Amino acid sequence: MIADPTAAPVLELAHISKSFGPIVANDDISIALGRGELLALLGENGAGKTTLMSILFGHYTPDEGSVRVDGVELPHGRPRAAIKAGVGMVHQHFSLAPNLTVLENVMTGTEPLWSLRSRTGAARRKLLSIAERFGLGVDPDARLGDLSVGEQQRVEILKALYNDARILILDEPTAVLTNIEAGRLFTTLREMARQGLSLIFISHKLDEVMAAADRIVVLRGGRVAAERKAGETNKAELAELMVGHRVTRPTREPARAGATVFQASRLTVSVGGVERLKEIDFFLREGETLGIIGVSGNGQAVLSQLMGGLVAPTGGEMQLFGEAVAALDVHGLVEAGIGRIPEDRHRQGAIGEMAIWENAVLERIRQPLFSRRGIVNRSAGQAFAATIIEEFDVRGGTPTSRTRLLSGGNMQKLILGRNLYRRPKILIAAQPTRGLDEGAVAAVHARILEARRQGTAVLLISEDLDEVIGLADRIQAIVKGRLSAPVAAEEADPRRLGLMMSGDWSPGDGMLRDGTSSDRNPGEGTA
Amino acid sequence: MRLERREHRPLLLVVLSPILAVVAALALAGLLIAAAGAPVLEAYGRILTGAFGTRLAATETLTRATPLMLTGLAAAIAFRARLWNIGAEGQFYLGAIMVAALGSSVLSGLPGPMLIPLLFAAGAIAGMALMLVPLWLRLRFSVDEVVTSLLLNFVAVLFVSMMIDGPLKDPLAFGWPQSMPVADQALLPKLIERSRLHIGLAVAIVAALLVYLLQSRTVFGLQSRAAGLNPEGAVFAGVPLARTLVKVACLSGGLAGLAGAIEVMGVKGYVTTDLSPGFGYAGIIVAMLANLNPLGVIAAALFTATMFVGADGMSRALSIPTYIADVTVALSLLTMLVAIFFTQYRIRR
Repeated sequence: MIADPTAAPVLELAHISKSFGPIVANDDISIALGRGELLALLGENGAGKTTLMSILFGHYTPDEGSVRVDGVELPHGRPRAAIKAGVGMVHQHFSLAPNLTVLENVMTGTEPLWSLRSRTGAARRKLLSIAERFGLGVDPDARLGDLSVGEQQRVEILKALYNDARILILDEPTAVLTNIEAGRLFTTLREMARQGLSLIFISHKLDEVMAAADRIVVLRGGRVAAERKAGETNKAELAELMVGHRVTRPTREPARAGATVFQASRLTVSVGGVERLKEIDFFLREGETLGIIGVSGNGQAVLSQLMGGLVAPTGGEMQLFGEAVAALDVHGLVEAGIGRIPEDRHRQGAIGEMAIWENAVLERIRQPLFSRRGIVNRSAGQAFAATIIEEFDVRGGTPTSRTRLLSGGNMQKLILGRNLYRRPKILIAAQPTRGLDEGAVAAVHARILEARRQGTAVLLISEDLDEVIGLADRIQAIVKGRLSAPVAAEEADPRRLGLMMSGDWSPGDGMLRDGTSSDRNPGEGTA
Repeated sequence: MRLERREHRPLLLVVLSPILAVVAALALAGLLIAAAGAPVLEAYGRILTGAFGTRLAATETLTRATPLMLTGLAAAIAFRARLWNIGAEGQFYLGAIMVAALGSSVLSGLPGPMLIPLLFAAGAIAGMALMLVPLWLRLRFSVDEVVTSLLLNFVAVLFVSMMIDGPLKDPLAFGWPQSMPVADQALLPKLIERSRLHIGLAVAIVAALLVYLLQSRTVFGLQSRAAGLNPEGAVFAGVPLARTLVKVACLSGGLAGLAGAIEVMGVKGYVTTDLSPGFGYAGIIVAMLANLNPLGVIAAALFTATMFVGADGMSRALSIPTYIADVTVALSLLTMLVAIFFTQYRIRR
């Protein structure tokens, strides 16, 4: 059933705004959802999709705006009220207990806590009738942990329906599914819409949005960038809307690329039996920056772990400074003068409860300057930290104060400082400005450009397109663990990059290779 | 009302928190004393005089504090690295039985100055070995060491009980289950004449100083702290996680084993199954009260020993159960946990 635009919307989000500190996640967003409508919420990471849905479901309270279901305003910050009004949420990370059966999972939270009796019989009948109505077959007595991810998601949907949901929110439902499972999911969602349920699904995949949704709302930078009927748009337009017309201001001077210092050939990394990186090819050259773009969750984390010396490749070859290496390890990387900026500065980059000087020297604590015979040279460590604080303008701390007290930007400057202090030959920067304010971003960018100017080979892995366009000389996209061929930064316009990020390339076609000058042979420089 | 992480931890608060925790525990236990029909302040007075009122009482309290310092250090050093060694009791007993076995037979011919250090080492190694089992299980199979190290306590105590009723049984003990005594020259010299106080106290205090220096001044200390505070960050900085944990486990188990060795050589000379009135478990409380600080362990062990020793005097004078002391010590653990929480968070309206 196609939504009737004249009917009153079942769900109305009006003028929702939400900020986290200085970061505006939602800025005056208004969306209406009709009965029987399947709406897609499309946007890049950080566009504000998940925040908006969390407000709708009552996990967050909005700074401004209201949520109405059937014209009745929901109280803010009350998931229970949302459930009662008929809103169901299917989380990206399921909120189910693996040690319980399907039926027990579905019933959890529906029964009064003080009741001694469990009404299993009635619950089972209700569950089975819902399952049949929407074609969501599951065994109510199967243990949840034994089910596949696709089946677990079905249980999560059933759970929402069991609570009499009429409006269903799915947060990136296909992120964890195989293509076949995803296809089956959308068949189910269409069937649910046909029977009068209203659905919103969050996605950043153009294909599925085009194929499944009635209507598409594109979010960008916390605002509604556009709204389109599915039949009246195309993938290219959506990609451009999602990425936006970006102002590119490459403040960098052209690269003077030198020798190849690192080269990966058909490199594969499997973690726990799953291929996270598949036969990727890339190379790094002195004085040049390679930018890796991509929507998060496509293998960036593993790539930065690989280059940070935390995981070893399971296939393919690596050459470091012209010599074949089987794996990189932290100690070897530090000794070889390879700087690493980790993806998550709080979890990997620093140990918050330790002093700034301890974080400054931890990765090189075995060097004679900082310890002899196992005894730490505290004064040398503190002097080193003081130098970094001075030279890299780290504010808000002394060498002996706890690192956690630093703001994100200053913590990042500390991490940059300990890496760039002695000009590294290679710098691996993973999401170097994620979550930083504008001033800190500019400072980090200036440092990375400065390192490159001095001849450091930079690998920049970032989800921020502006950042990559501003800093990188060559750009490759990572999609589902594969790397596209590189394009030169000068030839990268937002549309093309958006398409690259949405995976609209195949390793064999010439489309992207045309863009890069063929004289840039990945093998050069090592000979 | 909401909880908020403190940006700064005022030094005063950090120093005051264990004291406030102890005061709060005493106040709470006071309710119990009152309920038992005794005057609260007098009861605590009796505990103090019972623990320090006479020369004998004071030496007895210090004697009792000695193994608590060592087991407290064992817990503190492990907990710092987020290695949850709940097995100090078993490691204590294994260290003790090892000393009894070697000190009564193979090594009994050696002169004291050689024998004593050798037996210390033997006890420590026994404790280490026992702690390496749960660590191995954790590293190899991700088995939670809380469970395994705790359960190994019972295994160790039963093993000791088997040994002292079997191969190591003292034939001269009129059938009592106790081990053969260690050689006379293995008994620790007294610190004070005509008391039970032995040089083990000095060993424990030196151990606390060494652990303090180890944690604050060495690469190992830095790395084990990093591993405990943020394993992911430590690995990123190249800290060898497994190797660091092995060292921590050896130190922790070794200290608990050493506690057992010292208790045998300093106090009784032989092993029975009541050698430890829960020194291993009390060590956890001592470590928590000390906020895992090795030097704080000395004070926390003294407090705990005072409660235990003084409780007898209180019980005799006011005819209320000595269990009040156990309750007070247990309460102090709970209040200390609350105090630690409030040094890290504050309540905001």
